[in-house]
Amino acid sequence: MSTTTAVRPASTNGAARAAASTESPANAHAEYVTFRLAEQWLGIPVLAVQEVLAAQRIARVPMAPHAIAGFLNLRGQIVTALDLRTTLRLDARASDGAVMNVVVRHEGELFAFMVDEVGDVVSVPNQSVEGTPASLDARWRAASVGIVRREHDLLLVLSVNEVIRLEHVAS
Amino acid sequence: MDDLLKDFLTESADNLGRLDNDIVELERRPEDIALLNSVFRTIHTIKGTCGFLGLARLESVAHVAENVLDRLRAGQLKTSAELIGDVLAAIDCIKHVLNELELHEVEPEGNDDALVARLGRWLQVRSTRTPLSSPVLAPVPETTDAPHVPVASASVAAPAATASASTSVTPAVAQHAVKSDGAVTAEHGDHPEPTETRSAIAESSLRVGVDLLDTLMNLVGELALGRNQLLQLAGAHEESPFAKPVQHLDRVTTDLLDAVMRTRMQPIGNAWTKLPRLVRDLSHSSGKQITLVMHGAETELDRQILQAIADPLTHMVRNSADHGVESSAVRLAAGKSENGTVRLSARHEGGHVVIEISDDGAGIDSAKVRRKAVERGLLRADLADTIPDAQVLRFIFEPGFSTAETITNVSGRGVGMDVVRSNIEMIGGTVELQSQLGRGTTVRVKIPLTLAIISALLVGTAGETFAVPQIGIVELVCVTDEQRSLVEVIHGAKFYRLRDTLLPMVSLRELLGLGVSDTERTSNIVVCQVGNMRFGLVVEEVFDTQEIVVKPVGRLIKHLQAYAGCTITGDGRVIMILDTTGISSVAGVATNESRDEAASAAEAAERARIAAAVNDNESILLFDAGYPALQAVPLALVARLEEFPLSALEEVDGQCLVQYRGGLMPVMRANPALDLRAKDPRPVIVFSDRNRIMGLAVDEIRDIVEDRVVLQRLSARPGILGVCVIAEHATEVLDTDYYLRLAHGQSAASNAATTDDRSATAHLVTETTGE
Repeated sequence: MSTTTAVRPASTNGAARAAASTESPANAHAEYVTFRLAEQWLGIPVLAVQEVLAAQRIARVPMAPHAIAGFLNLRGQIVTALDLRTTLRLDARASDGAVMNVVVRHEGELFAFMVDEVGDVVSVPNQSVEGTPASLDARWRAASVGIVRREHDLLLVLSVNEVIRLEHVAS
Repeated sequence: MDDLLKDFLTESADNLGRLDNDIVELERRPEDIALLNSVFRTIHTIKGTCGFLGLARLESVAHVAENVLDRLRAGQLKTSAELIGDVLAAIDCIKHVLNELELHEVEPEGNDDALVARLGRWLQVRSTRTPLSSPVLAPVPETTDAPHVPVASASVAAPAATASASTSVTPAVAQHAVKSDGAVTAEHGDHPEPTETRSAIAESSLRVGVDLLDTLMNLVGELALGRNQLLQLAGAHEESPFAKPVQHLDRVTTDLLDAVMRTRMQPIGNAWTKLPRLVRDLSHSSGKQITLVMHGAETELDRQILQAIADPLTHMVRNSADHGVESSAVRLAAGKSENGTVRLSARHEGGHVVIEISDDGAGIDSAKVRRKAVERGLLRADLADTIPDAQVLRFIFEPGFSTAETITNVSGRGVGMDVVRSNIEMIGGTVELQSQLGRGTTVRVKIPLTLAIISALLVGTAGETFAVPQIGIVELVCVTDEQRSLVEVIHGAKFYRLRDTLLPMVSLRELLGLGVSDTERTSNIVVCQVGNMRFGLVVEEVFDTQEIVVKPVGRLIKHLQAYAGCTITGDGRVIMILDTTGISSVAGVATNESRDEAASAAEAAERARIAAAVNDNESILLFDAGYPALQAVPLALVARLEEFPLSALEEVDGQCLVQYRGGLMPVMRANPALDLRAKDPRPVIVFSDRNRIMGLAVDEIRDIVEDRVVLQRLSARPGILGVCVIAEHATEVLDTDYYLRLAHGQSAASNAATTDDRSATAHLVTETTGE
């Protein structure tokens, strides 16, 4: 994905965009739905999330890009399921591995991010969202907009747009 | 876009659609004041609003048109074709500007002085008694209107009279100066005018976004799913206290489903609104007298379909009026009434909508079409006369059949009828044409009610289920083990001998990358038609046909041509809908140039007849064995084409062997000079006969051609039967039997008895002796 890295030269852009996306004063907070992939906790803005679903029956789509696990039926609506483990180049999910679906709406279309575990909704002051470190893997850096230092771990803030764009470019 | 502007555009589009018809109607019934008022009001509203939005160009045109109409209303002008023509021109101009506005959000450059001047004449010339800006003008309409107001609305009209008495005094030009103010008050005065019924209709309908309707549709679909599960549960226990409520739920859900489906439906009349104007213009410009009669405008069908057929319909009506109906003089001479009629009708018929466009014009001369078809090579000259007229007329739908010559000689028709046909077929419809010379022509279009729901065949491969739209399916063929010999493999590509044709086969499993099937078990071939081309889609299982709701696939897999969409089955599973057109291009079978026109059953029979008359051809495999000339072998004798890596070719006991299908296969060289090591992998033609199997190593597989094998000269060289001309080149014909015998170390003598009953070789020998 060298093309994606090329268009994102400075890591500090991420923090700027994260702050801009909430468009609020310096002391404002933003809320994130957190979820885990392998050992890493990640977050996406709560407003982007429509709902969280337990494991669903997913219809495979042969020939689709690798990260597209398939389609699921959410009350009559077709949802494209993206396995974030594949998108972020983590080890493939074990066949009996736990799955949760974080359903997001992106430009009128529904996507389900398949993750290992869904955590709490956390409130983070905007100014504590820092730029994504430049040393991070290119793909991760492309998908994220910032990082939050929490007491025991780091929370990587993802951009729904960028995650979907990563797959869109791939296809 | 600005919300105000958007509202204005939507509203105006609706109004203008009606306006065309109203004005054409007005020409016929100039005394209809209600109609005149309606026209006036529409223009007036547009003028008022665009003044408000600062659209100067639009306003100036609308304004002068309004004034002309006002004159008409006041009885100071009489309708004439010329006047109506000018008003229509103004409406066209308004439409044009509105279109531009929708695209660019600003009025287009240019001015309409000429048009304004033309309209202005009507105000100047005949209004000497009432000058342009005379205040006397306004009250006049009130007095002339009053007697025509229906009794029922008289009470409503009364306050209007007082309202307009104060505002309408503002003369036309003065009104222009006080734009918004004048417009608002004048509109106020207009509203309670005669046509009460019209506004009642307007109030009983509501504008709803398509998104919302789609959401409703989804939800109702889900509800039906839940209902089905409940029905199953309740059905299991007859005494269940839930039985009754579930039954009730069942009925309500069914009704709800039906009602929601109907929300997507619109009367076909919406696609007809332009037609009266079109016919009127045509009859004026051509000097013919044409009446357009429309029936069944209330027939409802899906909004999407409606959009898709609007253009083809317009085209066909134009054809009927332009080329079908003759001029008055010709009609009179032919003993017909002076006035030609174009009939347009629509009706429901068994889940489809049938639309007929007929005229009582000159009809189509099938003899001329026949001649033309022969000229263009669509029809064989010697067969031309044996084909019934009905089939000959189908040539009109051939691409490019609509030449200028056709228009003049064959009394028109056929102009872009191929486009009409493809547009209609695209939405799963069919089109037929009947014509009687001198009596007229009827085009019959049959289209589905909706695109959202299609009939599809569910098939399975590699444990996955897919839906194939019925519209693209010609037939299903089940290939049992005995029929496996009908499957030919040429260089990895599979073909199936289906009656007299060779059908390219596409394995769904392989196409979708679901792995190669290891067991060669019974398979099913779904014979698909794409354009003029057919191919066989090989699947493992065929389930049943279902009515499915088509849902679009997401953006991330939109680039996959193999899918047309997806759907949710009755049990809540998502399955993919295959796109046969896409599959044919992905699989590369689309390039196959078809022999002739698309097949209705009748045409297929015709084709079989033609094929039978010519078909001495057979498929011949051409390959290069390092000789100056190519070598040929009838495809029927070839078992498979393979490529073996060099490492697989083993030399044992002076013979080259390869492990093949659990056994050892001897590999012979097609040319003793062939160096096996020169190429990796090595192409090998596999021949089999009874239990003997052998491979022939060649340099290169060249081509497969359709031709006759007629030996011109026998050859003394072993392994070669003789020389014949194939594809215009002298080609050596391989003696497969020689190699089979050689490979298995059998003497010619011991094998002589078996050679005779080998039909394939015998076939070649017959050719030899026949020569």
